Amino acid sequence: MVKAKPKPIGEIIDYVKDFDKVLVAGCDGCVTVCEAGGLKEVQVLASSLRLYFNKEGKRKDIEETSLTRQCDREYLEPLLDKIDNYDAVVSLACGVGAQFMAELYKGKPIFPGVDTCFIGSTQERGVWVERCQACGQCIIASTGGICPIARCSKRMLNGPCGGSEKGSCEVSKDTPCGWHLIYERLKELGQLDHFEAPTDPKDWTTSRDGGPRKIVKEDVQP
Amino acid sequence: MRLDYPPNVKIIKVPCTGRVDVIHILRALEDGADGVMVAGCMEGDCHYQSGNLRARKRVTYVQHILDQIGFGAERVAMYNLSAGMGVRFAEIAREITEKVKELGPNPIRRAQEASGESTKEAVHG
Ligand code: SF4
Repeated sequence: MVKAKPKPIGEIIDYVKDFDKVLVAGCDGCVTVCEAGGLKEVQVLASSLRLYFNKEGKRKDIEETSLTRQCDREYLEPLLDKIDNYDAVVSLACGVGAQFMAELYKGKPIFPGVDTCFIGSTQERGVWVERCQACGQCIIASTGGICPIARCSKRMLNGPCGGSEKGSCEVSKDTPCGWHLIYERLKELGQLDHFEAPTDPKDWTTSRDGGPRKIVKEDVQP
Repeated sequence: MRLDYPPNVKIIKVPCTGRVDVIHILRALEDGADGVMVAGCMEGDCHYQSGNLRARKRVTYVQHILDQIGFGAERVAMYNLSAGMGVRFAEIAREITEKVKELGPNPIRRAQEASGESTKEAVHG
């Protein structure tokens, strides 16, 4: 799932300081799971903003809501009737949700309330780790189910590099070397032949190098 | 024991401080409270194992927020004491009341007074 972290409140104060009616809109999807932009975080941010502006003696209406998903039209549409009650929206959804809101609510300033970071998983409550870089052509079948694009700091396809030391990446002792993990896992699976077979250069056009991407699945299109 | 503590301290009972969330403390301040003290059991003595440890982390998070918005982190504090420490409770209640008095009223009320608006009751229920 998409992982994000809350933006510093000062940054958000700066975005909304000139607007009188502000809606703080969360998303019940990914950002709820990583505790950055769900209803709970909406309430905390809205309350903090009210405390700040009331302290400054500035009257502002700061309202709260959270939508099932901000990246799907049907969940954004119900707000269309009410959106003109607000001068601006702070979206706590990931960058996708916030942008989709801006696309749909024309003429309404939309500000991001979180920094969207990566696609990852929950390691333990409060700790999220990157696992996928959405390169568009999954190769983990030959790397023991561990992605070298996401887990190797240099995205090497025929690793490890010379910096791998006792299982740690040279970038940081706290980062496991992706290729060390791959090697250990392939050994466990009895598939070290995969490790020895060279991997051809990757076609990065399916990744960001090919420009913004799009998926069309005709069988489900209306 | 008939111990005295300042009458302006309003007690809100919760089953465990683990129930106290960030938003509860912020809303108390929004409603005009001058300060909030969270009184949990001694560390290692939580009946629900780690409620008081969680509460401490949340209080720290609220302090971080208050610092960011220039509200003063010192208005919020966490203390640990057991149910048998009535004397200590009264002492802490006096201590935090004094500290909050020094900090002055809730900045929201100050702003309201400056703009001539009526002040809200400084309680949170
Ligand atoms: S040490 Fe391992 S993870 Fe780090 S850059 Fe080299 S191969 Fe990649």
